[in-house]
Amino acid sequence: MSKIGIPRTLAYFIYFPLWKTFFEELGHEVVLSPATSKAILDRGVKEAVNDACIPIKLYHGHAAALAGKADYIFCPRLVSVRSHGDFGTETFCPKFLGLPDMLRLAMDDLPEIIDIRVDLKQGKDELWQLSQKIGKSLGNSGEEVKRAFNRARKRQRQYNSLLCQEMLPLEALRIIEKKIPVPRKEKSNNNYDLQVAVVGYPYLLYDAYINAGLLAILEKEKVKVYTQDMISDRKMNRQAKTLPKSTFWYFSNRVIYGALHFMQRPEIEGVIHLTAFACGPDSMVDRLLEIESRRRGNRPYLSIAVDEHTGEAGVRTRIEAFVDMLRYRRERK
Amino acid sequence: MKISFPHMGYSYIALKWLVNHLGHECIVPPEPSKKTLDLGVRYSPEFACIPFKILTGTYLEVAEKGAEIILTSGGMGPCRAGYYWVMHQYLLDEIGKKVKVIAFEPPLCDLRDFWRKLHRLRVSGGLSVKAFIQVIKVAWEKIKAIDDMEMQSHSIRPYEEKRGDTTRALWEALQFVDEANSENEVDEARQEGLRVLQEVRRDESRDPVKIGIIGEIYVVLEPAANHYLQIMLGEMGVYTDRSIYLSSYTRKNTIVNLEGDIFQVARPYLNEAPIGGHGVNSIGETILYARHGFDGVVQLAPFACIPEIVAKSIIPAVSRDFNIPVLTLFIDEQTGKAGVQTRLEAFVDLLEKRRELKRQRERWAI
Repeated sequence: MSKIGIPRTLAYFIYFPLWKTFFEELGHEVVLSPATSKAILDRGVKEAVNDACIPIKLYHGHAAALAGKADYIFCPRLVSVRSHGDFGTETFCPKFLGLPDMLRLAMDDLPEIIDIRVDLKQGKDELWQLSQKIGKSLGNSGEEVKRAFNRARKRQRQYNSLLCQEMLPLEALRIIEKKIPVPRKEKSNNNYDLQVAVVGYPYLLYDAYINAGLLAILEKEKVKVYTQDMISDRKMNRQAKTLPKSTFWYFSNRVIYGALHFMQRPEIEGVIHLTAFACGPDSMVDRLLEIESRRRGNRPYLSIAVDEHTGEAGVRTRIEAFVDMLRYRRERK
Repeated sequence: MKISFPHMGYSYIALKWLVNHLGHECIVPPEPSKKTLDLGVRYSPEFACIPFKILTGTYLEVAEKGAEIILTSGGMGPCRAGYYWVMHQYLLDEIGKKVKVIAFEPPLCDLRDFWRKLHRLRVSGGLSVKAFIQVIKVAWEKIKAIDDMEMQSHSIRPYEEKRGDTTRALWEALQFVDEANSENEVDEARQEGLRVLQEVRRDESRDPVKIGIIGEIYVVLEPAANHYLQIMLGEMGVYTDRSIYLSSYTRKNTIVNLEGDIFQVARPYLNEAPIGGHGVNSIGETILYARHGFDGVVQLAPFACIPEIVAKSIIPAVSRDFNIPVLTLFIDEQTGKAGVQTRLEAFVDLLEKRRELKRQRERWAI
């Protein structure tokens, strides 16, 4: 039995149920890094290359926090999650592609890194092959891997369906781990006054430290938040046809399609885009959304960039102003 | 139709000829200047990289001159450059310029689209298929000739007796290529140009340090974007070799192409390729330059260039293992010529000192 360390950032918010179930069913222990804090951020800033964006710095910090606590760090090299037979060019940001190598060369005292290459375009059963490979390297038999693989897939499907019921990932994760029951539906929509779409990469959106509690601030303002992860893949892909060309990055495409989807829905009064300072893909995404939100129904659009120095007051002021503006706009109508 | 294209080094000489002989009117893009950059910075997204901003500026300048169509390249990612044309079209529409950006995606990505665009270009110019192919061939020969001359100039410049002679000779040589109109004439122009460059008076007793230049294609190829770095180094008396030329892919005699698969060379450090742009190349080329006895490497990249940041985070390990100093210059709109020059001078001093010490040690060993 080994201890598998998983950094609580980047793809954690999307794939954690899959990973956790898989490793636990194989009889290993999953060790999560603590939630993001100043100490983790500072460590990341120290270890990572200075030109990197804040999510990459954070990843270094989380990995460093796992040193000494785990036997392995699970850092899959995400190349493509497109299915077999799809000849699209979608991949991940180059920093994701090089992440395991960056990590290995940046710090000396890290546990061994499981840097399995995830490229689902390769074949129909690629995910299964990958699981076999990981299982073998951890000393598990094929039979065990098969059982773990099936259970993990099932758990991930459950998680995805919870997200599609307009639940935020942190809440869904808690439910998946059976700590609280599924809340009843009619309760949720009543005490909200405004509906706003908040789009951005999962590792910025759901990490309350790095975005200075953006979602909590909105909650307090009685705003119902929709994120791109609450939309099914089918609805998202429908939006792809309305653009001259899709971007090359998986998470960016989700953000764009999600935002375009919400721009169609009349009850959603504004769009907030959360981005990281000097994020390469977002330099394109942000301006694209700004232009499209004007062209598609003149929807109010707010862009918030976060970095190492983001303060709660700054985010709160801008959110409050935006929400005030939305309410004022509605009254005038 | 009035057609323009991005400015990239001296390639405009060949592209100008190409557009004119395809039966269109060419609006030659001006060399990127302070004005270009100001325009670009004003209309581009804040965190777009410097090539994007320079191109925005260039497009606005050529639109002012009446260009209707801009030809550019597409891409398959994951570098942002493949998405440039879409954003540029959005921006030009927003500003209210009636310009259409036509991008040639790599044929591997969308073959039909590639042919359709070529076809439209040919038909609107009124050329037969045969003539069309011939024109493209000559333009390609021109690009190769221009690259040959530039390469030659960089190996001559560190020896020149009178500063600036090589650059003047290069312009004279480029003039010959500019005037050539057929494959034979281009070949003659190449011979003539190389001869002119050879005639530059040189001091062969010098012993220049050798620096390899690697990095992102646009800031490496466009002297106006990197503050004429390669000329600056040459005039400091440094022999430079550049990893990227437009005609690189067809060459076998350059250092970077000598050793087969560059991705294979980089594999021990970065187990994934390609990662977009020239990220993996930068790592592999550093290794190649070290193996070929170069004294140092300069990495050029735009600020916030994603692939080059990955490369930068890995290059310190390469530099340590192969004992070769690497200077990384991230370029943005705030970069000033004096800043670049100071850092290069310090870097060259360091390389000279290192070489001296190394030779001393070798002498003592004997």
